[in-house]
Formats: sequence, C-alpha cells, structure tokens
Amino acid sequence: MLEVSDLHVSYGQSEVIHGISFEAKKNETLAIMGRNGMGKTTLFKSLIGILDAGQGTIKIDGQDVTAYESYQRVASGIAYVPQGRMIFPTLSVQENIETGMQISDIKQVPKDIYDLFPVLFDMRHRKGGNLSGGQQQQLAIARALVTNPKVLLLDEPTEGIQPSIIKDIANILNDIQHTRDITIIVSEQVLSFTLAIADRLIVIDSGTFIHEDLREDVDVEQISKYLSV
Amino acid sequence: MGEYSIQELTSIFAMQGFAGLSLFSVLLLMALGLAIIFGQMGVINMAHGEFMAVGAYTTYLISVISENYFPGFIQYYFVFAIIASFIVAGAFGYLTEFVLIRHLYKRPLDTLLATWGLSLIMQQSFRSLFGAREVSPTLPDWLMGSYQPTESIYIPINGMFVLGLTTVVTIVVYILMYKSKWGLAVRATTQNRVMSGAVGINTKKIDRLTFALGCGIAGIAGAAFTTIASTGPTSGSLYIVDTFMVVVFGGAASLFGTIASAFTIAQAQSILEFFISGSMAKVFTLLTLVIILMMRPEGLFSIKVRK
Repeated sequence: MLEVSDLHVSYGQSEVIHGISFEAKKNETLAIMGRNGMGKTTLFKSLIGILDAGQGTIKIDGQDVTAYESYQRVASGIAYVPQGRMIFPTLSVQENIETGMQISDIKQVPKDIYDLFPVLFDMRHRKGGNLSGGQQQQLAIARALVTNPKVLLLDEPTEGIQPSIIKDIANILNDIQHTRDITIIVSEQVLSFTLAIADRLIVIDSGTFIHEDLREDVDVEQISKYLSV
Repeated sequence: MGEYSIQELTSIFAMQGFAGLSLFSVLLLMALGLAIIFGQMGVINMAHGEFMAVGAYTTYLISVISENYFPGFIQYYFVFAIIASFIVAGAFGYLTEFVLIRHLYKRPLDTLLATWGLSLIMQQSFRSLFGAREVSPTLPDWLMGSYQPTESIYIPINGMFVLGLTTVVTIVVYILMYKSKWGLAVRATTQNRVMSGAVGINTKKIDRLTFALGCGIAGIAGAAFTTIASTGPTSGSLYIVDTFMVVVFGGAASLFGTIASAFTIAQAQSILEFFISGSMAKVFTLLTLVIILMMRPEGLFSIKVRK
C-alpha cells in the first residue's frame, strides 16, 4: 500500500535520512521505533510532503506521489497525525474535523467518527485548544480519518499523554484497523503501546533501519536495548 | 459649550453622530479587508489604502464613461461601479499575491517594506494616469440631498447609502468566513499553514483568494469613499494608519472586535472634532487607544484558548 524506496531527506546540507526503503502492506500496522533525534519525525514529514525528499520515491497504492504537495498526497490517500497533535486551537472541535473533510467532500461529520470518539461529540462546540492532551490526540486522529485515508501516519501518538489514556488510544487504533481497510504506520518510543497494536516493528537509528521483527518474534529485551539511551 | 441650547446640542450630536457613522462605514470597509489580510494571514499590507484608491478610480472611470457615452445609464451606473471596483481591486490583489506576497509569508516584517514600496509605485501610477488633482465621479441624483427628520437635523443620503452598503458587505464577509467551507479553510490555513496542507487544504490557492478578497473589499470601500470625498493619488494612504489602528484595537482575527473598534474610533473622532480641532481630536483618540492597548495588548476582543 505504501512503498518507499531509497529515501534521502536533508535539512540544508546535513542529511538526516540515509536511503530508507520499506513497504507497508494493506491492513498492516507497522511501528517505527527509535530514540529521540533518530529521524522518525523527519521520515514522517517527508512522507506527508512537509519536507522534500532529496532522493528516492514514495508510492501510495502504486501511485508515485514524490513530487506532490501535501494536499495532493492527502487526496491520494495518505493522512497524517503529527507529533504534538497540531490541532487548530481556535477552531471548534467540529470545525477541526471539518477541515479534513474538504478533500473527501463529505458534507457532515460521519456518525462512525463520533461513535469512535464519543468525547469529541460531547465537546463538538468547544474550542480545540481547550481540550486536554488525550482529547486533542483523538481529535487529530478523527481529523485525519475523515480524509478517508488508505495509509494513516501517526507520529508519537503517546507523547505527553497519561498511561490510562494511552491504553484507550491503542484500543481505538485496533478498532480502526478492524473496521476499515487501512494501513497504519506509527512512530513510537513506548514499546508496550507498540506491542499492543503493531504487526511488525522496525527500529530506526541515525536515519537508517537497523532491525526488523514481526510482533510474534519480538525479543523485548533486544528492542528495549535499542531504545534506551 | 454654554452658547448652545439643549435643542441645538441634540441636533449637533445627531448630525456629528451620523457623520461619525459615515466615517465608521468607510473605516469598517477598509478594516474588514485588512482584518482578513493582516488579522488572518499576518501580512502587513501597507498598500491597502492604494487598493481602496483603485476602487475609487474605477468608480470615477465608470462614471466618466457612462456620462460621455451612455447618458441614460447615469442613474444606475453606481451599482455596477461597486461591483467593478470589487473585481478590479480583487484582480490587482490576486496579481500582487502571486508576484510579491507569496514569497514573503515566512518573513511577515518584510511584507511591510515590500507593500510600502508597492504603495509608492501605485500612488505614482495614479498620478501619471489620472493627474495629481483630485477627481470626483458625477453622483446619480438619488444619492444627493439629505433627509430632514426635524428642522435642525440634516442626514445626508449618501451617508445612509454607505452605511447600508457596509452592513451588507459585513454580513456577506461574516457568512463567508464563519459559515462557509471556504472560510473554514481560510481560518485553518492562517492558524497553521503547514498542518492545513497536511489535512488536504490547498493552502496556496486559499492564500491567493484570501488576499484577493481583502483587496476586493478595499475596492468596495473605494467606491463608497467617492460618495463622501474626492479621490486623489494619496487618498488611500490617509486612511491606512486609521485602518491599522482599527484592526489592532479590535483584536486581530475577530470580526466583532473590528466592528466595535471601527465604531468607537470613528464616533470619538467625529464628535470630538466638532468641539475641539481635528488634530486635538486625533490626539485624544490616539491617547485613549494607547492606554487601552497597554491594558489589553491583544485588542478589545481576542479568542481565549489555553496556551
């Protein structure tokens, strides 16, 4: 569903992603694990088109989107939940969700979105900026889902969120996985969260992939070692 | 104030109050466009006054054409002139965004310098095209004269017309910004341009149309302006400071704040002007404004969310 080959990304002269290749299959949940500063966010930003790829290609469902701008990539079926949520603080919750509906041309917020996130329905007239961290995370996921994505990118969805809510978010992601035809790619540092949702784990270190495992075969100790500072 | 009788004072307040309403209308029309461009996009558009002048000159040109070639049309041309002013100023705005502004979104302070340069270029172009002398379009008869509710109160009809026009434009802008799909895209883009792209909004297109709309509304302000004053190459620049004052005082990105602040500034100015000189009236208004802004740096009305 998502094919990335030989992707290089740089900030000015310094290259941060050194020729990454991977493929995420339909209905697969793929986790990219790594410590801070290893290139997770840079990788995700280049997938959604916020950063330009210096080299390499990105394909969604066979369509080459490397030269596309962000909004065109969203139209091709990729959606993005950024690190730190980045919801629109002065728009209401409902308006926040509606920003994602511009491209999919849905007229009303679909019922299944509010079924998935009942708390957003209760707060739909509140300003997005007045929600708690966990609620904002749900809002950012809802906003991405209404674009009807084939591939959903989540950049550190558990960052700054209390442990009980982290479990909720894992359940929600599993729900999404079961009810939709969707490929989920998530970047994480929290191994327990990843093990609750992912089919496959990849470890990134200094801009290259150094380790890959199916969830069944994961050696928890070994991956923890990669993640510890 | 001892030399005025009660009845005279009432009339003075009514008439100065209405003069204030006319000033309020033009200021609000100017400020609406600027609130969209400055308040929403963060672009400091020093040439906003010149876009108003574009509208005023468009109205003048259409008046001259209809006077010379279609004399039967002279009673109705003004309605078309308003629409034409909007389109011409909007088209200029679209072009300006494409050529100049879009390269400067990441450097908002540089937009100040660039658009100030643009305003000088535009002023000189007006001078070369229309001459340094002020011009006035021939107004249709139905815009002339005044309405006299009592013996000593005269309410000019052109003032009422401008007030009505402003009301209509304000309502349309409100619906566009807060009730339409397009307005939502504008508000999202201005809050976070990068993230808006990442949820599927074509931000470049939105920016261009937003800037064009702001300039188009300035064009309407120009058309309205011709009914209460004559137009010269620097007419626009006379209003730019007041307009910025209205937008900053009202609180950027708040439509209601813009209306309230335009009203306060115009009324204070107009009523004070009658009793003390024009420049002293300005001093008082500015002083009050500075004091209020010291206490409320974000303007009268700003949206509160936790940081």
